[in-house]
Amino acid sequence: MIILPLRVESDIRGEARRAYPWECCGLIVGTSSAGVRRAARIVPLNNAREGEERRRRFAIDPLDFARAEREAAREGLEVWGIYHSHPDHPAAPSARDLERALPFYSYVIVAARDGEDRELNSFLLASDRSRMEPEEVWVGEK
Amino acid sequence: MPVTLFIPTALRGFTERNAELSLEAATVGELISALTQKYPDLRTHLLDEKGELRPFVNVFVGEINIQSRGGFAFPLKDGDVVTLIPAIAGGARG
Repeated sequence: MIILPLRVESDIRGEARRAYPWECCGLIVGTSSAGVRRAARIVPLNNAREGEERRRRFAIDPLDFARAEREAAREGLEVWGIYHSHPDHPAAPSARDLERALPFYSYVIVAARDGEDRELNSFLLASDRSRMEPEEVWVGEK
Repeated sequence: MPVTLFIPTALRGFTERNAELSLEAATVGELISALTQKYPDLRTHLLDEKGELRPFVNVFVGEINIQSRGGFAFPLKDGDVVTLIPAIAGGARG
């Protein structure tokens, strides 16, 4: 299960609206314990895809990722999640999301339709890489 | 020659939570081979069916991304620091 405090969930949704009609992307930083991941903040990152491709794809520069991971570690936090938006597309993993997924990370996807944020879901890669499995998202404090 | 290899958080579940390993290797290919022999479950996530590095894994030697610099043939020297960095990507449609 992942816990997104209201502010963090709102920040992710805001990024999806801001980036529309392009895909936004970034990292979720926080703590994890006994199968529960709690978000502390997001790290919005540049979508490294170019031009119109950003409507349907995203990529994160590896050096941006490495920098964010080091900064999180200095705060005693870890990068456990990756968020991105699906403009005018459901908040479900695409074949490409599956193909490029890594184990461990929670992949939070938020749909954005006509510039407005809609459903938000999270997924984990199955250990045999065959599918993305939904995971529970708790919005608020717990 | 011993080189230091940093493992990203995402893959530490396969390395007994080790973040840093010291392995003997003369090239990046030898290093990845030594790593996957030590931790066989990691192979699926690092290499495809042809034994090539999956596109979502970057290998940096110092600050050099070896992808455009010879790939697995990239030579290593004593004391090199090698970092695996996830290449995060995806998107709504292919």
